[in-house]
Amino acid sequence: MSVLVNSTINGDNVSFSCDADETLMDALRNRVGLKGVKEGCGTGDCGACSIRLDGALVCSCLVLGAEAEGRTVETVEGMSNGAELHVLQTKFLEHAALQCGICTPGFLIAAQTLLEKNPSPTETEIRYALAGNLCRCTGYDKIVRAVQDAAVVMKKGRKK
Amino acid sequence: MNKETKFTERTFKSVGTRPVRPDGVDKVTGRARYGADYDMPGQLIGLMLRSPHAHATIKKIDTSAAEQLPGVKAVVTSKDLPDLTDGDTDLKCILENSMARKKAFYDGHAVAAVAAVDMPTAKAALKLINVEYKIHKHVTDVDKAADPKAPVLHKDCFTKGVEPAPVKPSNIAASSEFGHGDVGKGFDDADFVVERNFRTEQTHQGYIEPHACVASVSPDGSGELWVCTQGHFVFRQQCAQLLGMDMAKLRVTSSEIGGGFGGKTHLWLEPVALALSRKANLPVKLTMTREDVFRASGPTSATSIDIKIGIKNDGTITAGEATLRYTSGPWKGSWAMLGAMTAFACYDLENVKTTGLEILVNRPKTTAYRAPSAPMAAFAVESVIDELAGKIGRDPVAVRIQNAAKEGTQSSYGPVYGPIGIGPTLEAAAKHPHMSAPLGENQGRGMACGFWFNFGGQSCTHINIDIDGTVTLTVGTIDVGGARASLSLVVAEELGINYEQVKTVIGDTGNLGYNEMTDGSRGTFASSMSAIMSARKAIEELKQRAAMMWDVSVDEVSWEDGHARATGNSNLPPLSIAEIAAGAGKTGGPIAGHTELNADGAGVSFATHICDVEVDPETGLTRVIRYTVIQDAGKAVHPTYVEGQFQGGATQGIGWALNEEYIYGDDGRLQNPGFLDYRIPVCSDLPMIDTQILEIPNPNHPYGIRGVGETSIVPPLAAIANAVSNASGVRMTHVPMSPPRILAAIEEAETTTA
Amino acid sequence: MVTINIWGALRPAVNGAASIELDATTIRDLFEKLEAQYPKTLPYIEEGIAVSIDGTIYQDSWSHPLPTDAEIYLLPRIAGG
Ligand code: FES
Ligand code: FES
Repeated sequence: MSVLVNSTINGDNVSFSCDADETLMDALRNRVGLKGVKEGCGTGDCGACSIRLDGALVCSCLVLGAEAEGRTVETVEGMSNGAELHVLQTKFLEHAALQCGICTPGFLIAAQTLLEKNPSPTETEIRYALAGNLCRCTGYDKIVRAVQDAAVVMKKGRKK
Repeated sequence: MNKETKFTERTFKSVGTRPVRPDGVDKVTGRARYGADYDMPGQLIGLMLRSPHAHATIKKIDTSAAEQLPGVKAVVTSKDLPDLTDGDTDLKCILENSMARKKAFYDGHAVAAVAAVDMPTAKAALKLINVEYKIHKHVTDVDKAADPKAPVLHKDCFTKGVEPAPVKPSNIAASSEFGHGDVGKGFDDADFVVERNFRTEQTHQGYIEPHACVASVSPDGSGELWVCTQGHFVFRQQCAQLLGMDMAKLRVTSSEIGGGFGGKTHLWLEPVALALSRKANLPVKLTMTREDVFRASGPTSATSIDIKIGIKNDGTITAGEATLRYTSGPWKGSWAMLGAMTAFACYDLENVKTTGLEILVNRPKTTAYRAPSAPMAAFAVESVIDELAGKIGRDPVAVRIQNAAKEGTQSSYGPVYGPIGIGPTLEAAAKHPHMSAPLGENQGRGMACGFWFNFGGQSCTHINIDIDGTVTLTVGTIDVGGARASLSLVVAEELGINYEQVKTVIGDTGNLGYNEMTDGSRGTFASSMSAIMSARKAIEELKQRAAMMWDVSVDEVSWEDGHARATGNSNLPPLSIAEIAAGAGKTGGPIAGHTELNADGAGVSFATHICDVEVDPETGLTRVIRYTVIQDAGKAVHPTYVEGQFQGGATQGIGWALNEEYIYGDDGRLQNPGFLDYRIPVCSDLPMIDTQILEIPNPNHPYGIRGVGETSIVPPLAAIANAVSNASGVRMTHVPMSPPRILAAIEEAETTTA
Repeated sequence: MVTINIWGALRPAVNGAASIELDATTIRDLFEKLEAQYPKTLPYIEEGIAVSIDGTIYQDSWSHPLPTDAEIYLLPRIAGG
């Protein structure tokens, strides 16, 4: 059975139809075309599919497409301001916080959520906030440094 | 053709800098397309049916009901993949693994596949396939499988490499021996000898992107394959052979790859996707779930290693001997052989003997995992060396320095070493501040060394000088972690232009000649060698064109800093690459440089790791609290990505040492095929991973580059085991050192001393 | 004549010898003479043999010359991750 879903995705009103038992991850990837939402496990264990639903960080593989009805969805595709990258995106590039990059969209969304809640996290706070996202390539060192650096830059930006 | 690829000393302008990678923005904005991110018009969805049994004969497969389900366009079994392997045993194993033929050999072995209009239909179709199995006794444990009483997987498997050849079949598929000298005499000369058995459990490469491909075979016999792979040229060759297609008619495009670490050097579902597409006459997308990845794609070996090392009171290691049993899944591999070759490679030994035994088990087919087979052997050797250092009351680093291999040493696997980096990494470790930092309660420090060969192999690259003076480098090796940045740097260096002017792209199989996989740490080593040669050819062409523009002889033109200079006539202002390129149409057409070569002479690689752990004596939980990697890179082209390789490999090793393992039930089924129960390290488990890059030029590369990708996974198992031993007083001989194992060891030690 | 050192598993195919003498000038020549004089080595050659010349491993360059005073080692062809 198909359902029609209306939601706000990265600032735009979008309607899509999906199966009633289809995950939001699959719907975003296959119905809306947002392939930046990655599937690493489909069971909520890797965080590659991380998105924000009404501002809350969720694994989109654990949410049904139908649950997005009337809600706000944010994915990595909506993170930059046009051609101007988000500070986190820039810092991930500068610090080489990605090797293969499959985990990157999820980390960016998770880190964005962290820094909005806690603009000056300690290293430990960063490590725990990102513990739901798996990265097999980097050993996390450069990811943590990129988030630390982004936090500093974002705080300066706010003070201006 | 012999190409001059020897190292010459030079000062670098681009190489050694740290620019942002060319594919970076796409990867932080969600634009980059990985295996599952591509769709072909009209594509079907494929799904595989997998054996629930560890060892069973397939008596009958009835697919008729599935075929009749509306929306199902094709069902394939092994009948649709006839054996075209023509005596090629490796290819035969790939065929048997991609679709079970007479027997299913492990839990998860594919037995049939469907292609349907959508996922729900494909799922429904799988349920309608009826397979009749005859279940056999199975064996998953390495030592039990080697036992003569074990159920035998293949009745025609007689151990290779022993004389006389055995008359009874067994699960010991092959034996290989390495070494020199007389170990018996060496042990007689020793003041202390330690002999132990070590075990390591099977781990998975754990790349976050599951295998995925889209295949399309047309009625005219031509085909396309989009796939996440470490080697699209190899995939094309093998797929074409397996499906009886002309190689030139199969075009394979590599997607961005979401991690591989060896696991994407092997075909898993691609031949089946092509077979489905051929039968359905439509494109088919076939992906693995995470559970499929664990159950049915390339883990590393589980091992059992008997080791014996002797040492004199003065610190000289007199002999080393090892018998290494490595599981290879249901078919023969050369994993134990690699363990036997690498085990003692760090040391200068007069007497050494290793025997590798390839053990067949009812587990998925073993595939390469980053410096394949070396970590387990190093775990055994480096643990015992630490123990021996303790027995003679010497510092473990000093003992290793005393026995380290050097230029001129006969390696344990045969050849004599050229200039190598084991000594320097050890010296650097001895001086490193980490070595003398204070430790707290329940904390311990350990260190260990590691070795990997590194490869070169067939490579082909192409450089186009575009008319605005920008440069496209096309390579045939997959970029697994920043290689495009490194290769752009190398071309910028050679041409004397800015990094930003060079764009490196990965060609598909129609664009370039054959390239081997990105494996064996060869990507940057081999493709950079080829790219340098291509750039040199382009420079020759640029000089020719400048000579024509000036109307002078080419002998009077030199190339410096991205400009042609007229050496004989100082009135002629230098011509930039852009000026020459703009005039190319009038001087003979497009300007390019092309190279194909065998990049032999990849320099061997060594590393030393230092690690501090804290062991909770109540729970056995171990935390890594500080970690340092010291490794020789030859020349670090992009140091940030070299550090990234060091950190990533070390972290995989930490996971292997402390958490990760395949757990099989008595029924032969894998009990933890998911990231929840197969737990890889997460951010909060780890400290920062410090790195120190040494640069001992590889004499066989023009810039001195060595591969850097793999060695970093070799020392961690032993470094952590040594640290645990120093923290808790127990010698761990079984990896992973999970809390229950450590606790049991602590309790056992308490009861024996009580 | 060059001296060729043989790794353990290949020794049974060359009558158990740890090293043999062959009149070979290139890697290709070496494999041709090895097969001619020791036919049991053929399956190993087909599976892939690497040649180490003075410590540098050649897996593919069959035209590479074999200097007479070089240290030559045959090794199984190896794969990586
Ligand atoms: S795909 Fe959703 S958490 Fe892994
Ligand atoms: S960069 Fe590959 S998984 Fe994180």
